[in-house]
Amino acid sequence: MKFAVVVFPGSNCDHDAYHAVKHVLGADAEFVWHKEADLKGADVVILPGGFSYGDYLRTGAIARFSPIMAPVVAFAEAGGPVLGVCNGFQVLTEVGLLPGGLLRNRSVKFLCEQVHVRVEAIDTPFTCAATAGQVLRMPIAHGEGNYFAPPDVLDALEANRQVVFRYCDAGGEIIDAANPNGSARGIAGLCNARRNVVALMPHPERACESAVGSADGLVVLESAVAALGSDGMLRTG
Amino acid sequence: MKARVFVTLRPSVFDPQGQTIADALHSMGYGGVQDVRQGKYFELDLDAATPDAARALAGEVADKLLANPVIESYRVEVD
Repeated sequence: MKFAVVVFPGSNCDHDAYHAVKHVLGADAEFVWHKEADLKGADVVILPGGFSYGDYLRTGAIARFSPIMAPVVAFAEAGGPVLGVCNGFQVLTEVGLLPGGLLRNRSVKFLCEQVHVRVEAIDTPFTCAATAGQVLRMPIAHGEGNYFAPPDVLDALEANRQVVFRYCDAGGEIIDAANPNGSARGIAGLCNARRNVVALMPHPERACESAVGSADGLVVLESAVAALGSDGMLRTG
Repeated sequence: MKARVFVTLRPSVFDPQGQTIADALHSMGYGGVQDVRQGKYFELDLDAATPDAARALAGEVADKLLANPVIESYRVEVD
């Protein structure tokens, strides 16, 4: 079982993701440069955090036209598990695999801090090893994490249970004071209708070892292993 | 032929940068500035024979790249 970690010019969490997969999770991992034409036979794709193309124009707006994105879209449309973290989330909304967009934080400040999120859906390949309502402590580091979608789209996301992570306090309560960036309905992460594409603003790959403050994020990667099983077939829900 | 593309957040989208600028102007004493919306401005140098062709090309690249229709709208002007 192999994870591909896509590397755009300006990605800066690619090594964190690679380390978490290879050295903490113990699975195979391979970097895939954005100019590559294929995903090298990967079973799971991670679009990591960072500042692809310097965040020029809009976050993720230029990365979504990188050559690797055609194979990423094809992989996702074939049901392959794709995880977007932070800038990876922004790229996935720009390319249209996830609805909505990420706006400037309501405070207009870059936020680098620990947050709590509640797992709202466990029938995805990146949350199936978690328990419903589990509270995860993970860091955020972003200037544009304020999730926006029109009200009708938000209602559809709720109706389809596509909200996967919501900002909460340490006890799991969804309160505005625990929403760091002004995201609509406290949305920290969501999935597509098919549930194989999952993205979130917090960084699970930076919260996989207690030595760095939290190991709560490891369950996101462990879920992919559980979802794929030994034969590489996706089974969730 | 030149085209100018103005990209702004949709009216329903909160603009924290514009709000911050408006707050700064109010603290400077410019109470007459009621609201500020920040946007982006692009100057395109186009290989197009007619204003209509220039407008069509500018609109196409605005749709595909310059603006994100989920959060932004745009306006094109052609010389």
